[in-house]
Amino acid sequence: MTRVIRYIFNDILRTRFILFYTGFLLLSTFALFQLDSDFGKIVLSLLNIVLMVVPLVSVIFTTIHFFSSYEFIELMLAQPINRRVIFLSEYLAVASSLCMAYLIGVGVPFIMFGAGESVISLLVTGVFLTLVFVSLAFLSSVLTRDKSKAIGIALLFWFYFSLIYDGFVLWIIYSFSDYPLEKVTLTLIAFNPVDLARIIMLLQLDISALMGYTGAFYKNFFGSNMGILFSSGILFLWAIIPIYIALRIFNKKDL
Amino acid sequence: MKKVQFFLITIILSALSLEGKTIRVGPSESVTQIKQAIVMAQPGDTILVRAGIYREGNIILQKSIVLIGEGYPVLDGENEYETLTVHAQHAVIKGLKFINTGTGSIEDKAAIKILDSENLRILNNQFENTFFGIYLSNSSHIWIENNELKSEAEAEHQIGNGIHLWKCHHITINENKIKGHRDGIYFEFVTNSLITNNYSEGNMRYGLHFMFSHNDEYRDNTFINNGAGVAVMYTKGVKMINNHFIHNWGSSSYGLLLKDISDSFVMGNEFVENSVGVHAEGSSRIVFKENEFIRNGYAFKLQASCDDNVIERNNFQQNTFDLVTNGSLVLNRIESNYWDRYEGYDLNRDQVGDVPYRPISMYGMIVERMPTAVLLWRSFLVFLLDRAEKAIPVITPENLKDNLPAMKAYDFNK
Repeated sequence: MTRVIRYIFNDILRTRFILFYTGFLLLSTFALFQLDSDFGKIVLSLLNIVLMVVPLVSVIFTTIHFFSSYEFIELMLAQPINRRVIFLSEYLAVASSLCMAYLIGVGVPFIMFGAGESVISLLVTGVFLTLVFVSLAFLSSVLTRDKSKAIGIALLFWFYFSLIYDGFVLWIIYSFSDYPLEKVTLTLIAFNPVDLARIIMLLQLDISALMGYTGAFYKNFFGSNMGILFSSGILFLWAIIPIYIALRIFNKKDL
Repeated sequence: MKKVQFFLITIILSALSLEGKTIRVGPSESVTQIKQAIVMAQPGDTILVRAGIYREGNIILQKSIVLIGEGYPVLDGENEYETLTVHAQHAVIKGLKFINTGTGSIEDKAAIKILDSENLRILNNQFENTFFGIYLSNSSHIWIENNELKSEAEAEHQIGNGIHLWKCHHITINENKIKGHRDGIYFEFVTNSLITNNYSEGNMRYGLHFMFSHNDEYRDNTFINNGAGVAVMYTKGVKMINNHFIHNWGSSSYGLLLKDISDSFVMGNEFVENSVGVHAEGSSRIVFKENEFIRNGYAFKLQASCDDNVIERNNFQQNTFDLVTNGSLVLNRIESNYWDRYEGYDLNRDQVGDVPYRPISMYGMIVERMPTAVLLWRSFLVFLLDRAEKAIPVITPENLKDNLPAMKAYDFNK
């Protein structure tokens, strides 16, 4: 398995896309440090990148990679290797290369300029989001044979989680604003990894004081050991479940 | 000629006899107790208290005398007594150190309690671990200057106010430092008074709290890191000029909370890093001019119950939300402010933006109405909604806008 991963890894590096991605993250983080001296503000601006760019790049890169290495996968399948090994190797190679790019791109400037506690959770949530969206992209890739269709489905995932779902939540809050919604919204958030990551990050920053009673409620929850376990567990599930479904489909798929 | 000389000598002699004598109190003096000295003293006398610790329970001062400490003699309340109670006219209390007054929830025990008095001066005293620091009731013409009050209570109910005034008028409070009390400075029914150059930090509840206190003036004070900032209520004719409201941060914290204030003047103040810079409710005819709002959560919460206020020539910089309101009715004038989010242009280069600016953040308003919605804050959806609302206002009051936004921040230091 490690050998397959190494092959795929080398292949990914050859396309140079990962290098561009790392460079982009490095550049924007450095630029933010140049523009602003307030540490909290930098983390907040980076949060926007993490919530928008990281899922988008993960999703698109993964689907494109999957279809461009289709022939490689077919070749591999001709060898006496388990399908599961090939598929999981693909996932691990893609996910780890994207995570590495993210960690280097965002982490290095922070190490140079000094890091705080909120940076660690920024890095962790970013890695989690990468894992989640890579696994969603793999799911969309095995769902169809057509490359453009797969990219379409993957983009829909991204669009759904960063926009449509929030609209849905806002509608619920609007319609039921007379009721205590704290627990309901907490459950709803668990169904969207992007929201979950955003809330975890916002509560880390002292801006959470603005969030009033609701903010205090969430802070209480996410600040506790239970909350940390809960949120990382949910994000973990979000990474595991799609890739598991994708694996099952891939195992039975006629390539 | 002789007659004149004689006359002059009689005048001088009589004046000399009017000059009071000085009674010295101290461990090594003939008088060892302050109480004893007060009994001996005639109006106009001076009691000079030498350094030392005086545990005399409750000292009561009812004479027009000068009480001066030398090297900060300590008046210890032994966690049981009120240290000094004053009911006098024309007295001075200076250079004493008060520690460990008693506490209580029925009786307001204070380090210095002043009842029904006039023309006093409370200067250069120190207070440590006192329940109430300086407590004035039904008094007038009192000068409180350069006192230092410090307490370390853990909960609001365990401690009284630093400088507490009830039903007073013509009071000057200048250059005091208050730390760790319930309210730093507390006013109720106090009129025609002047509060200047005070420093109120880390108090449990409010840095400054006043109610029903008309025609007072607050100048050059600093309120920093207080539990709930500064609250002023049910008052008219207040002037708040050149004060600093800094870092009053927390889920129910305000830089300046105005409730039912009218005909007042808020000018040249600095609001930095407060959860809410100014929260105005039921307030009328207040002029907000030349204030700086920097890095606040909400710079200005202007409830729809406010009318005829003028918000003019202020700087709004780096706030999360600049202005929020809770209704569509706008009866206030907002003009010529500098908003760092303003994106308009200035063709004729007169430093006034050509396009009106709408300072209201839509999402700020939604959160105001439905606090749970704060959950979606900083999401992409909210960003898009805010943009759309800026272009075509639907929820935010359409006529709430600054018609003459400044292109550059004002420099008020000039």
